[in-house]
Amino acid sequence: MLNREAEQMSHVIETHKLTKAFNSFRAVDALDITVEHREIFGLLGPNGAGKTTTISMLCTILRPTFGSAKVNGFDIVKEAHKVRKSIGIVFQDPSIDDRLTGRENLYMHANLYGVPASEQKERIAEILKLIELEDRADDLLRTYSGGMRRRLELGRGLIHYPKVLFLDEPTLGLDPQTRDHIWKYIRELKEAQDITVVLTTHYMDEADKLSDRIAIMDHGKIIVLDTPPSLKETLEGDVVMVKAANVEVLSELVGKWLGLEKKRVVDGVLEITVRNGKAVMPRIMELASQNNVYVESLLLREPNLEDVFLHYTGRTIREDSTRELYGMSAAQRRAIR
Amino acid sequence: MMTELRGLYTLWLREIKRFVRDRTRLISSFFQPLLWLVIFGVGFGARFTLPGLSYQQYLFPGIVGQTLLFTSLFMGISVIWDREFGFMKEILVSPVSRFSIFLGKMFGDSTDALMQGTIVFAFGLLLGIPVDPLTFFASLPIMLLITFGLVSLGLTIASFMGSLESFGAVQTFVNLPLFFLSGALFPLSGSGIPDWLRIASMFNPLTYGVDALRSVILGAAWVPLQPLYVNLAVVCVFDAVMIGVGTWAFTRMK
Repeated sequence: MLNREAEQMSHVIETHKLTKAFNSFRAVDALDITVEHREIFGLLGPNGAGKTTTISMLCTILRPTFGSAKVNGFDIVKEAHKVRKSIGIVFQDPSIDDRLTGRENLYMHANLYGVPASEQKERIAEILKLIELEDRADDLLRTYSGGMRRRLELGRGLIHYPKVLFLDEPTLGLDPQTRDHIWKYIRELKEAQDITVVLTTHYMDEADKLSDRIAIMDHGKIIVLDTPPSLKETLEGDVVMVKAANVEVLSELVGKWLGLEKKRVVDGVLEITVRNGKAVMPRIMELASQNNVYVESLLLREPNLEDVFLHYTGRTIREDSTRELYGMSAAQRRAIR
Repeated sequence: MMTELRGLYTLWLREIKRFVRDRTRLISSFFQPLLWLVIFGVGFGARFTLPGLSYQQYLFPGIVGQTLLFTSLFMGISVIWDREFGFMKEILVSPVSRFSIFLGKMFGDSTDALMQGTIVFAFGLLLGIPVDPLTFFASLPIMLLITFGLVSLGLTIASFMGSLESFGAVQTFVNLPLFFLSGALFPLSGSGIPDWLRIASMFNPLTYGVDALRSVILGAAWVPLQPLYVNLAVVCVFDAVMIGVGTWAFTRMK
């Protein structure tokens, strides 16, 4: 009994059949997850998978239709106030006041979260150092770049020393260089502070590089949950990449004659997931030359998360064409400020 | 408790900082009362007099009230901006109660509206309307009481509106009737005022606010519609009701 209690205490987040329905549509469907102390937990999935809805419920912004969840040991419905005090949130969309300076935004947050007045100055200085915005702290936020604003939002979420930090698409609409920068901060943060991070993303590389464990989510459900290396290992094999003059024809051929079905075409390259890539490669070459398909190149690589996603959902995250538009509109919203 | 007060304070401070930094809004706010007092006041006053009072003197407290009305209701726009730019989310998910959030915003916007009202007093002096410092300081609490209810009304309307355009449209529907029916421009007592107009104006909280301002600013020269304590009581009840409604409106906001 005692043991069980102790075990439950160590879960920072615990959900039990957590469900959110909008009319008859179940955005989140009976979710059961646990997040451990000091881990970075990634929720990966295409748009509309239910990631943001899940986070919104955990942050007490949305009320679950059914089921329950505990964050830091507090019930998200009955003890919403305590949950709020113990978490930090970085929203998907910008949520700063651009008519105030960076420092003013931080002071405001400190006051809203009841940080004792005597500690505010010190904490804000510490955060500004962490996010490297000390020299711009007294400029109005409207003069900041998109990446600087994001950094400020990230730092703001930390001022009240939350136990859990929720990051909803932390690098959506940011350029690659800024994304690298933000990733660095998130990793440093986990090293430096006693904090657990839950992040949602639809960027494969982001989930891969940051998360200790990843839950792949689709249609409101967790399809698979594991560490990035184990997820890749479950594919049990290699990915053979074939660049050929007519990949569609080749794709049909390898399916028909070699029985290889785990394949997809990305940017004119046929990617086939197989058990033993070295043995399969000569067979593919053979098949291609017999059928007069000209092969430009043949490569073998380790499986990545994209392959994992394809394996479990039967489609690539890229097929979601609205995603790019969505990212662009977020980038625009950022730029308007 | 301390947390709530600090949250309230920080939201109040934010509204003031934003207002003071927005120069265009400050400058444009000078303009309308000036037009009313100079052009309308002088032109209309050429034909219109009250015993012992020039029309401009009569109009002055009315324009103070009108400025408070227009700016207070307009303050609701901050809710729409904050939602549009996402900042509202940061406030709404904080542990601060919705009541404190509403009060913080309301006090902040009221302070802004009060600054505008003070500017109108400065115009009054320039135009030769006799206002001594004592009158000014006596008017301040009345002005503040008027703004509380009206700002709350503006914030409530805005919390129901999805866009800037719809807020602007609804605002016109509220602004002008309240203004015209308040007795700001013409006396509501005396012969020639039909009953329907008199009765309609009795349901307008601003009528009592303007009447109270006239009692204080014009002194013995003005025969009030209601004694000062009745006027103030009505305004206070309106404030309390609107603060309640506004808090409810903020509570249901997502």
